[in-house]
Amino acid sequence: MKYILMMNTPGGGPYQVAQWPQQDLKAHIAFMMGFAKKLGESGELVAAEGLAGPDQAQRVRAGQDGKPITDGVFPESKEFLAGYWIVDVESPERAYEIAAQASAAPGPGGAPLNMAIEVRQVMSGPPKDLP
Amino acid sequence: MPPSLDTHAEHLLRDLAPQVLGAVIRRFHDFSASEDAVQEALIAAATQWPREGVPSDPGAWLIQVAARRLTDHVRAEAARRHREAIVVSLVPPEQQIALAADHDGASGRDDSLILLFMCCHPALSPSSAIALTLRAVGGLTTAEIAKAFLVPEATMAQRISRAKQSIQASGVPFQMPTEEERAQRLGAVMHVLYLMFNEGYTASSGPELHRSDLSGEALRLTRMLHSHLPDDAEAAGLLALMLLTDARRAARTGPAGELIPLTEQDRSLWDPRAIAEGIALITTALSKGAVGAYQLQAAIAAVHDEAARAEDTDWPQLLALYSLLMRLSDNPMVALNHAIATAMVHGPAAGLELLKALDADARMVGHHRLDAVRAHLLERAGDSEAAITHYKRAAGRTTSLPERNYLLTQAARLSDARKPPPR
Repeated sequence: MKYILMMNTPGGGPYQVAQWPQQDLKAHIAFMMGFAKKLGESGELVAAEGLAGPDQAQRVRAGQDGKPITDGVFPESKEFLAGYWIVDVESPERAYEIAAQASAAPGPGGAPLNMAIEVRQVMSGPPKDLP
Repeated sequence: MPPSLDTHAEHLLRDLAPQVLGAVIRRFHDFSASEDAVQEALIAAATQWPREGVPSDPGAWLIQVAARRLTDHVRAEAARRHREAIVVSLVPPEQQIALAADHDGASGRDDSLILLFMCCHPALSPSSAIALTLRAVGGLTTAEIAKAFLVPEATMAQRISRAKQSIQASGVPFQMPTEEERAQRLGAVMHVLYLMFNEGYTASSGPELHRSDLSGEALRLTRMLHSHLPDDAEAAGLLALMLLTDARRAARTGPAGELIPLTEQDRSLWDPRAIAEGIALITTALSKGAVGAYQLQAAIAAVHDEAARAEDTDWPQLLALYSLLMRLSDNPMVALNHAIATAMVHGPAAGLELLKALDADARMVGHHRLDAVRAHLLERAGDSEAAITHYKRAAGRTTSLPERNYLLTQAARLSDARKPPPR
């Protein structure tokens, strides 16, 4: 079963990595790299990416002529997606476990951030729930 | 450019690979090194056979080449150890390969069965067991397996190498499980093959070709299992179940990959040969007594496949079979199908009554299938309003894209029917 683990964080909230002291930032990056490596080695990692901040995001929709109309930037957005992992695991419980580990990534002062991570199953083929 | 192998030789290599791997592992007790050596032997065959012809005993040829590679490897390793003067192996490598390279009593056919039992080890997670089986017994490349599971190749490579390590670490000897172990291990083997088949039998998600490769491989391996254990009625039942299910493949999806339910399928697209073979198998198996879950599921599939039109389906027979299956396993999905069969025989109200019991089952809480079945029975009972609600609820709960699209379409169809026709 594949799950996407989405690290959502409030705009202007605790995940302002750019403002962290270098040591804390380094520790955080090292944690995230090690975490991805560990998931890769267990054969559970499908994909993982960090995303640029909302202050670089544009909202796009098609105009009457089908051409893109852009809007933004929205630096004041309430919540944004900081990054995600897609994992392929045996059970939802395992996905929750991985999410909890990611949530405990170190923040300023090395204290765990305990950020909320949204876990959703990735839709795929018909479920295998025959007896 | 050297001439390439013809199809016959390619099939030969694929069939021989697990036997050769089995024979080499039995001798050298090292899964990974043996696999590498067998890969090299297969490559050697692919380049030499087109030029020099297929040897008279191709299996022995491959074993010999693989053993030679491993011997070289062991020698090099020993030489290195010697140079480093740390320890001297108690068993000289020469002695390890003193056996005749082609034959040592056991037949090659048993080796591929043992390999299957090893790969479907109960200690491995099902998905790891499937991956390892496809790699070692099926001879699929890691890239092919990764594609079938829609994960990156690196992810699959790690999963397979972990599985190999777990087997190595568990110290399972490379031999046929004893009669006692057999029952438990055979259960795991059949479960893995069953899951492998289901994985491949999914509809339009991902590159379909590769998915059907999976069910094709599951069928091939189950055929092998059945030919090794012809008296095992459950192995026969599993093979019959796969054949009878796979026979409907062409009719299961529409041009856009959408799901077509059993009742609406074009039955002329079903494969009559697979159906005939499956029915013959399950008929023989059932006559042997000791009826198991795979046999019952095969019998159910056979009843569906035997009906020329959906309305000819022998529902009383299906109801009886589901009742038997319910006694064998405490599976809420079986109970759900039992309720459907009840509705087909005794009317939708009787089916809806049985669904109430499932509402109390913790394993079914929030399960989309329960909502979908309830929606269907409500529609048949004439309660469109409630049916729409449950179709929509089921659509929101499924994690299958084709299924969600199907359920939403059902809800929309009922909604449209209630509206006055547009002017």
